[in-house]
Amino acid sequence: MSSNKKNANKGAVVREMPAKKKGAVLVIGSGISGMQSSLDLAEAGFKVYLIERKPSIAGTMPMLDKTFPTNDCSMCILSPKVVDVGGHMNIEVMTMSELIGLEGEPGNFQASIKTHPRYVDVDLCVSCGRCETVCPQTVTNKFNQGLDECKAIYKPYAQAFPNAYVIDKENCIECGQCEEKCGRNAIDHNMQEEVKSLAVGAVILSPGFDIFDAGLRGEFGFGVYDNVVTSLQFERLLSASGPNQGHLIRPSDEKEPKKIAFIQCVGSREPGKERNYCSGVCCMYATKEAMVAQEHAPGLQTSIFCMDVRAYGKGFEQYYKRGQDEYGIQYVKCMVSSVKELQQSNNLLLRYSMPDGSLQEEEFDMVVLSVGIQPSEGTVELARVAGVGLDEFGFCKTEGEMCTTSHEGVFVAGTFAGPKDIPETVAESSAAAAYVSRLLSDVRGTCTETKPDIPERDVSEEPPRVGVFVCNCGINIGSVINVPEVAKYAKTLKDVAHASEFLFACAQDSLEKIKKRIKSQKLNRVVVASCTPRTHAPLFQNAISEAGLNPYLYEHVNIREHSSWVHKDECDKATEKAKDLIRMSVAKSRTLSPIYTTFTDINRKALVVGGGAAGMSASISLAEQGFDVYLVEKTTELGGNLKELHYSIDGQEPGTILEDMKNKVTDHAGINVLTGSEVVEVGGYPGSYRTKINTAGKMQEIVHGCTVLATGAGEVKPSEYHYGENPKVVTQTELEGKISRGEMTGIKNVVMIQCVGSRSEERPYCSRICCTQAVKNALKIKETNPAANVYVLYRDIRVYGTKEKYYTEARQKGVIFIRYEPEAKPEVIAGENGVEVKIKDHILGYTLSIDADVLALSTGVMPGADNEKLSQLFKASLNDEGFLLEAHMKLRPVDFAADGLYLCGLAHSPKLVSESIAQANAAAMRAVTLLSKDRLQNVAMTATVDEETCIGCGLCVKSCSYDARYIDEDTGVAGVTGVLCQGCGACVVACPSGASQQKGFEKGQMLALMKAAMF
Amino acid sequence: MSVALKDNERLPVEEFTDEVRQQSQQDFEPRIIGLVCNWCSYAGADLAGTSRAQYSPNIRLVRVMCSGAVDPLYILRPIIDGADGVLVGG
Repeated sequence: MSSNKKNANKGAVVREMPAKKKGAVLVIGSGISGMQSSLDLAEAGFKVYLIERKPSIAGTMPMLDKTFPTNDCSMCILSPKVVDVGGHMNIEVMTMSELIGLEGEPGNFQASIKTHPRYVDVDLCVSCGRCETVCPQTVTNKFNQGLDECKAIYKPYAQAFPNAYVIDKENCIECGQCEEKCGRNAIDHNMQEEVKSLAVGAVILSPGFDIFDAGLRGEFGFGVYDNVVTSLQFERLLSASGPNQGHLIRPSDEKEPKKIAFIQCVGSREPGKERNYCSGVCCMYATKEAMVAQEHAPGLQTSIFCMDVRAYGKGFEQYYKRGQDEYGIQYVKCMVSSVKELQQSNNLLLRYSMPDGSLQEEEFDMVVLSVGIQPSEGTVELARVAGVGLDEFGFCKTEGEMCTTSHEGVFVAGTFAGPKDIPETVAESSAAAAYVSRLLSDVRGTCTETKPDIPERDVSEEPPRVGVFVCNCGINIGSVINVPEVAKYAKTLKDVAHASEFLFACAQDSLEKIKKRIKSQKLNRVVVASCTPRTHAPLFQNAISEAGLNPYLYEHVNIREHSSWVHKDECDKATEKAKDLIRMSVAKSRTLSPIYTTFTDINRKALVVGGGAAGMSASISLAEQGFDVYLVEKTTELGGNLKELHYSIDGQEPGTILEDMKNKVTDHAGINVLTGSEVVEVGGYPGSYRTKINTAGKMQEIVHGCTVLATGAGEVKPSEYHYGENPKVVTQTELEGKISRGEMTGIKNVVMIQCVGSRSEERPYCSRICCTQAVKNALKIKETNPAANVYVLYRDIRVYGTKEKYYTEARQKGVIFIRYEPEAKPEVIAGENGVEVKIKDHILGYTLSIDADVLALSTGVMPGADNEKLSQLFKASLNDEGFLLEAHMKLRPVDFAADGLYLCGLAHSPKLVSESIAQANAAAMRAVTLLSKDRLQNVAMTATVDEETCIGCGLCVKSCSYDARYIDEDTGVAGVTGVLCQGCGACVVACPSGASQQKGFEKGQMLALMKAAMF
Repeated sequence: MSVALKDNERLPVEEFTDEVRQQSQQDFEPRIIGLVCNWCSYAGADLAGTSRAQYSPNIRLVRVMCSGAVDPLYILRPIIDGADGVLVGG
C-alpha cells in the first residue's frame, strides 16, 4: 500500500491518522439513506449507531403510497430493509435521539447523543395497543399529515420499528389510564432524557428533508380551502393504510373527485435567493399520483400545471409518456396565479395564463400542491455541531467529490446534500459508507460481534415431539380468535407433546419459556402460531437454536395477518381457520429434518470492467478499502468520456480530476491496470469467478470474488440538422472543445438545439446531462464573450436540484431560451453563406430566424456498443434502451439480481461525472459487503439431488433462473451449486424422476401439509 | 408424473343440475386452498392484514418459496380431498 492510503479521504490533505482508530460509525438520520449506509457498513464489518430524532425509523418512504417509475408499493419494498436494520446484530438503533456534540478527529471521534424520553420502554412494549384504546386524548396524526387523528399514546404506523408505542407528552393529560391498562409495565411517565457518549471512527449525516410549508404560498389557499392538499397528504389519501383505506375521496364532503389539478413547483424554482433550486422529484411524483388516482377512480381527469416536465432519471421519460398516452394526463405548461373556492360546491377555480398570454379559468374538484423539499428542521444546528458547511439554500456543502464535507471524517448522503430521488439517495448512501470504509479499513471487524456457536442436539433417532405455542398478541389475535380453544385443539394433534399460549410469544420472557419447554418436554419440533413469519420466524428460530435444536425443525403459522386481522367480525370462523392452519403446520413439522447451511470461500479480489471515471473511481475505492483490483480497459488509455470534458458547471476541473484519478490508479499497489484488454469469457460464481482476459492476443485467466461493470456509454452522432456536412454544426461536446481552445472569439450568434437524438422514437429516453451541458457552455460563452447571443432551443429545461441556479444565472446573463414542440422542430438551412435556424416562438407567436455562427446539437448519450456482448458474458440484463438493468430501480440501483455483480456510471444510465463517481463508490461498497466476509453463507433451503434416482435429463438445468444447476460431466447426474441456488424450488417441479428436492419444502413434507389442509 | 386414485376415491365432480346450482347460490361456502409465493402473494396477504382489509374466511394459505415450486400434486391433492378450488398466487 502506498501513501494513498493516508489520504484515502479526500486526496488533497495528507494527514497522519491517530494510532487508535475506532471501527464504529455514527449515522445520523434513519430514512432510506441512513438505513442503506448502516446496512452496508454493518455488513462490511463495522459497528453502527443509527440515530433518529423521531420515534421510529425509515423516514418519509413509509408515507408514500407507490413509487415511480415502477409503481411498486413503497412500504412493501421498504419493509424488508427495515426488518434487516432492526434485526442486525451490529446496528444499534437509537430513536428520539440527536447529536449534541462531536469532538476528536477522523478515525477517532467522541459523539454525545441526547435521547429524549419516550415514556414507553421499548424493550417491554410489545405493541399490543391496549393503551391506545383507553387513552382519552386525541391528537393530530402526523403520519397521515394531519388528515385524521390518533391518540396521545400512539405507534406512528403499523409496521413501525421499533415496534413500540410512544407518548406525545405535550398533549398527554397524564390521566394514568394507559399505565393501568398496560399488561407489561412498559409505561413510565417519569422517564428522563439521557446523554450518552459514543466512540466512533466516522460520521454520516443523512437527516433527510422536510416538505415546503404550502401555507406560505397564500394564493393557492392551502389551509383555507379543504380540498387543497399537499402532495404528501395526497399520498396518504391514496394509501391503503391512509385515513380512508385508500378510497379516494376529497376532504370537504367525502365525495369522489372527478377532476384534479396538480400545481408544480410549490416551494421550488423560485428565482429569489432562498428556493432557487429544483426539488427534482415533484414532476415524477405528480405523474405517479395522477396515474394511481386514476386507477382508484376510473374516469378521473387529471391536469398537471408546470413550467417544464423534468423527467430526467432512468425510465422517467418513458413513464411521463405513459402518463400522457395511457392515462391521458394533461400537462399544462403554465403557472397558476390563483386558486379560489366556489361557495356552493367547494370546487376550486384555477386562474392561469396560457403561453400566448390569454387568461384561462378552469374548475376542479380538488387541487394537489406539489410541494418541494427543503433541509429538515434542525439541520442548521446539526451542521454546527457536526462542523460541516452549508450552501446558500441550507443543504450540506460538499467538497470535491459528493459525500465529502468540509469536516474530514464526516460524510453526507441523501437529500441533506441537495434534493434527489430515492435511487440516487440509495446510491449516494452506499457511497458515503464507502468513504467511511476507506477511512477505517484497517479497523474493520474490531468493534463487531459475531453469533456464538451452540452445540446442536441430535434428534434423528427420536420420534417427533412437537411443541405448539399460540400467541394472543395482546388483543390482536386474542380478541378475535379463541386462543385457549386453539391451544387445546393443538394438544389433540398427532405427536404434539406440548401446547400452550402466550400473551406475547415474541417477548423476551416468552422466548425463555419456549427454550425451557424444549428442554423439559424434550421437544424436537416447534410450531409457533402468531404473526407473519416474514418478520418473526428468525426470532423463534434463533431461540430454538439457543436451546440446542436445529433452527429448521421449526414451522411458523400466521394467525394474525392471515386470520384475526382479516376476519375480525367472524370470530368462530377465524378460530376454525387458526386451528386448520396449525393442523397443517404440525403435520409438516413432524416430517422435518435438520438443515445445515453451507458456505463458500471468497476470493478477495475484484474485477472492474471499464477505465473511465466510474471504473477508476470504483477501483480506487475498492483498493483503499483494502481489496485488490484488476482494472480492465478496452482502449489503450484510461479516462473514457472524462477525457472530452474541459470544465464543469460548478467550477471543478475535469482535467485535474482525470489526472488525479489516473495517478492514484497507476500508483496504487493494489490496482492491476490492464489497458488494451477485453473480457472474453466468464466462469465461476460469486466469491470465486474465473475470467479470461485478452490483452493484445495474450490470454490470461484471473480469479476474483466479484465484478463491477463500469463500461460507460457513447455520444450520439446525429444524422440531422446538417451535422457532418457543415463545419458550423457541431455537437455540444465538440462545442466545449472549441470554447476551451479559444475558438469562440468574435462569434456573434450561437444556437443550441436540445434533445437531438433523445426523447425520440429511436431513443425514447432523456439523456439527462444535455441541459446542464448546454447551460454550462452558454454561461462559458457569455463569460468569455458577453456580446455573443446564445439561443437555446429546448423542449423542457431539465437542470435539476441546486443546478437550477445556473439556469437562472444564464437567463439573467441574457441567454435566450425558446421552447419548441416535437411536432414543430427547428428548421436548419445550411448554405454557403452560413447556417440559418428557424423556430416558432410560442410567446411571441412569430417564427424567428437566426443566423448561427455556431449551431451546437445536444446529442445525448447512447448505450455502449458492447452492452449486448457484456450482457451475455456476465448474464446481466439490459433494459429496452440497451443500458444495463439493475436488480431494482428504486432500492438496488447498483446491484444486479445475482450476488457478486455490480454496476455504475454511464453503463447504468446517462449521468454527470460527479454522479458517476458517487455511483462507483456505491458499487465498490456493495462489492465490499461481499468481499469483507470470512465466507459466503449460502441460502439454507437449497435444492438437493438424489444421485441414485437422477437420470441426467437436464430439465432442472433449463428450469433454473440462477444458473445453479448443472450436469456433472463425469457422473452424468445433476448437481446444485449451493452459492447460486436461491431456493425457489422450480427445478424440483421440473424433475420428472423425483430426484430433486428442496430442503425444508420436500415433496413428502408439503404433501403431509396438503393432506392435513382439508377443512 | 401421475396421481393415482385409490379404489374408493373418485374426483368429486358433481352434475350441475338446476337444483345444485340453485342451492349453491344460496348457501354455498367454497373451501379454497391458496398456494402463495413467499416474496409476493404471501407478503400481499400480510399487507391485507396490516391494512385490516376484510375478506371471507374460506381460504387456507400455504406458503411456498416460489409459485414455480408448486408441484401439480399440491393442486390435485386438495381437489381429490374435496376442495372447491386451488388458488396459486405468484
